[in-house]
Amino acid sequence: MKPAPFEYHRVERTEDALERLAELGDEAKILAGGQSLVPMMNFRLVRPPALVDISRIPDLRYVERDGDCLRVGALTLHREVEQLDDPALIRGYELLPRSARWVGHYPIRTRGTFGGSVAHADPSAEWCMLAVLLDATVVVSGPQGEREIPAADFFLGFFTTAMEPGELLVEVRFPRPRPHAALQEFARRHGDFAIVAAAVAVDVDGDRMTDARIVIGGVDEIPLRVTDAEAVLEGAEPGAEAFAEAGRAAGAAVEPSADIHGSAEYRKELTAVLVRRALAEAVGGEGGDGG
Amino acid sequence: MAADGAWIGRSLRRVEDPRHLTGTASFVDDIRRPGVLALAFTRSAQAAARVAGLETEAARGTDGVRAVLTAADLGDVEPLVPRLDRPDFVAVELPLLARDRVRHVGEPLAMVVADTPHAAEDGAERVVVDYEPGRAVSSIEAAVADDAPRVHDGGNVLLDTAFHDDPALDELLEDAALVLEESFASARLSAVPLEGRACLAEWDDRDQRLTLWTSTQVPHLVRTTVAALLRLPEHRLRVIAPDVGGGFGQKCVVAREEALTCIAARRLGAPVKWVEDRQESLVAGFQGHEQRFHIRAGFDDEGRLLGLAADILCDVGAYSTHPFTCGVEPLMAATELLGPYAVRHYRARARAVATNKSPMAPYRGVSRPQMVLAMERLLQKAAMRLDVDPVEIRRRNLILPDAFPWTGPAGLVIDRGSYHEALETCAEALDIDAFRERQSAAREDGRLLGLGLACFAERSGYGTEAFNQRKMTVTPGYETAVARMDPSGGVTVYVGTSGHGQGHLTTLAQVAADQLGVDPAQVEVRQSDTDATPYGWGTFASRSMVVGGGATKRATLALAARIRRLAAHLLEAAPEDIELREGRAVVRGSPERGLSFADVGRVAYLEAQRLPPDQDPGLECQASFDPPGTFSNATHGCVVEIDRETGAVAIERYVVVEDCGVMINPAIVEGQVRGGVAQGIAAALYEELVYTEEGQLQTASLMDYLVPTAAEIPAVEILHLETPSEFSETGAKGMGEGGTMGAPACVASAVADAVAHLGIEIDRLPIRPDDVLAALHAAERKEGSGAR
Repeated sequence: MKPAPFEYHRVERTEDALERLAELGDEAKILAGGQSLVPMMNFRLVRPPALVDISRIPDLRYVERDGDCLRVGALTLHREVEQLDDPALIRGYELLPRSARWVGHYPIRTRGTFGGSVAHADPSAEWCMLAVLLDATVVVSGPQGEREIPAADFFLGFFTTAMEPGELLVEVRFPRPRPHAALQEFARRHGDFAIVAAAVAVDVDGDRMTDARIVIGGVDEIPLRVTDAEAVLEGAEPGAEAFAEAGRAAGAAVEPSADIHGSAEYRKELTAVLVRRALAEAVGGEGGDGG
Repeated sequence: MAADGAWIGRSLRRVEDPRHLTGTASFVDDIRRPGVLALAFTRSAQAAARVAGLETEAARGTDGVRAVLTAADLGDVEPLVPRLDRPDFVAVELPLLARDRVRHVGEPLAMVVADTPHAAEDGAERVVVDYEPGRAVSSIEAAVADDAPRVHDGGNVLLDTAFHDDPALDELLEDAALVLEESFASARLSAVPLEGRACLAEWDDRDQRLTLWTSTQVPHLVRTTVAALLRLPEHRLRVIAPDVGGGFGQKCVVAREEALTCIAARRLGAPVKWVEDRQESLVAGFQGHEQRFHIRAGFDDEGRLLGLAADILCDVGAYSTHPFTCGVEPLMAATELLGPYAVRHYRARARAVATNKSPMAPYRGVSRPQMVLAMERLLQKAAMRLDVDPVEIRRRNLILPDAFPWTGPAGLVIDRGSYHEALETCAEALDIDAFRERQSAAREDGRLLGLGLACFAERSGYGTEAFNQRKMTVTPGYETAVARMDPSGGVTVYVGTSGHGQGHLTTLAQVAADQLGVDPAQVEVRQSDTDATPYGWGTFASRSMVVGGGATKRATLALAARIRRLAAHLLEAAPEDIELREGRAVVRGSPERGLSFADVGRVAYLEAQRLPPDQDPGLECQASFDPPGTFSNATHGCVVEIDRETGAVAIERYVVVEDCGVMINPAIVEGQVRGGVAQGIAAALYEELVYTEEGQLQTASLMDYLVPTAAEIPAVEILHLETPSEFSETGAKGMGEGGTMGAPACVASAVADAVAHLGIEIDRLPIRPDDVLAALHAAERKEGSGAR
């Protein structure tokens, strides 16, 4: 569990990071919190010849409100998201701090970064799911300047994104508040990656739900939107019946594969249960922790 | 005479705590030696293969690599041949490095010594192995199949013991009011000590001696074994177990790596260090607990268990380990299956079955977690079938209070315990009647609650005779202690046990302090260094407080007698009139006439002219203790709730009523109970080493091998009973394994209780949420089709 040899470069400005990445070529990896990359290197599952450590770039670590929009700097720690409590900042985005407790264990949250998790693109990672759920825009910086990638186009597969070599994720931008949103996960053990996770958001207009969004983690190569289940909720009255039906639709729509932690059938069942529970939590509006 | 009991029984803070809390502990990897080299192993990637070639050139050429050694380089170093001297045992060779055949993934093939651990791993992955893969045996069922591939040329059954026979049993099993035929299965586990295995070896040219620091539970046994392999006289090998980060049995056998690290250090003339990492520990560390029980049992119509026949299979992996061999699990299972239940007719067949997996070593509990599971589930099933209350059926079967010492059908003698009282106390603590009401109300709401119980006897502190019955080639059992007072009056006790988390520096000092009339802070306990301590067997099998504590009591009592004799001479009093208290030897009734221990020590060493004519200089006594063994007992009880939508099991309450005789340090006893229960819950709900049919381990990291965290383990409520042992010097009984023994059965019986009305049986560990959910669905379907 010692990594293969690699070069280590530390930078303190985004421009320097881009410059160094350009020099080092396609195989170099960006090191932020190191909570996924370093274990993978220790298992020798990845062997980057060089690392560019961006963890000390000061101006990538922020959470800012810009009207409706919430901007999260790439180097913001999970723990910092967890601790967001200024209503002026997070109103309508309470799901973010509430979801942070699902991210690994406390020590991981004090080192791992928001942008690092999104760039790593584990399909059951909370921030990846919420990026898709909340229609976020991923801002990346590259040799040709910045570009913005909709989350829907960002995740391409297991640990694979639309970022090009030489690019650096600098910000995740959430466009509009969604107060009726929730995340539910199931894992056999506290702090583990979920066997299945379900994130939901709806708008509640009187006694009708609109603009429902349902994203499932752990059942596909990317955080998976299940539009069949979303359609069930469109215009439906909030309540146990609609939530259960959406759950069933989601369970029927996903095509998970099996591993030692659960069969495909089990994942489908969990999907149905977690979607239903997440909707109840989201529309309950209390922001209860769901358990 | 010191007042016995002044220090025994107090929850003193552990002497060991500050070092762990302040980071000043020294584990093998913390030991710095100049010029130390790092060792890494190239391990087999195949479970069953012929090794057609082993190419080391690229490894040798790797930056920083100093040497690469394979079996061919070991010359005439013999393999280990763990053995029992009994006709039903098949001995197989355990090569230190595999030569032409590998039998499990993780088997060492080559060792690479380099300047740094990183370079050693770089080199180890460049050793090219040419495998000709064969068919692997990856399960008990596959191993005993008619056309099974052979792990060893002689076949896959390495021990086949018929334990006891009872001609009356067959008829009984025909005619009993209720005959149950049941099977139980438990998963393969790793002990997962916080510190993996680790060795540092250094050859000293000046003294022509080798020192091995190793993370072991058995330093003297390692010395004997490794010295023989290296053909060194034992006095030229010193083995030290520094701070050891847990063992749980995984470190009570001698590892190939211990001998190999020594060989590398001698060959290279430099200190060599190997530190096992977590992946290596899961893949190549010793494993255990994978067993199948097939049981036929006959009950009378009131639930009395009349007789039982068991067929037990233990997956012992690819090799035996030294010295306990692959016989340790099957022999334990066959001998002790009946536990605390008064069953008259019994027969068992137990087999050790070889598979292409890492070898088994005794892991905390050794077969007893599985036996308790089998017995408790059996009683629970019988209770349900006969409509007897689950507490009542245990009451009817536990050995009666006036029946001790109880001699079981196979001759095993169980000494006095509080079996019935423990059961009643636990039942009361759980308030079972109130629970039943809550359970049925919850059921109305569609919620599944269950209550589980597990009663067991924990054999502990057994000596030479008990081990001799297994016919081991080296026979553990006794312990020896040396108690010495130095010229300043300080006391040091040297013991052959080797604590590695149990707090022996604290508890043995408490035992010594009571004999000598000093504060335990005045008593230094030394262990785990073969140069300093008397030959002893180390720490395993819940033996140290009974056996090592007994030797400590005897040695310090003898020292107390010598101190009194010397003080009597100096004070011109009779020895029987001298009492030792608060670090002084005083004349009874005249406390002003006395000597401090410093005065006594000074005379004994520095003013020998003042000694009585028949007394040698110095103050040192040695004593041994070799008891027959003594049984602790306990009842565990717990309440669980099953999430019927996810199949997850949550433990709401966990109660332990335990009786380990006299508690030397209750806080340490409770720590052992809690840790044991956590490991038992791990076995019940979480942990499982999963192998593919090809013998590849799929759970080689802690992401996949689910060691529970503190968040999964409930608060454990502990109640104590005290039945002092007649067979130990202090009245204490061993209790280090009990938590692990009771918890799997307790949790399983609670889950079973929650779903019994649905016709679901819980007979396999771990209880996985997906299995539970599938069983719930199957029950629903059955009900649905029945209704049609």
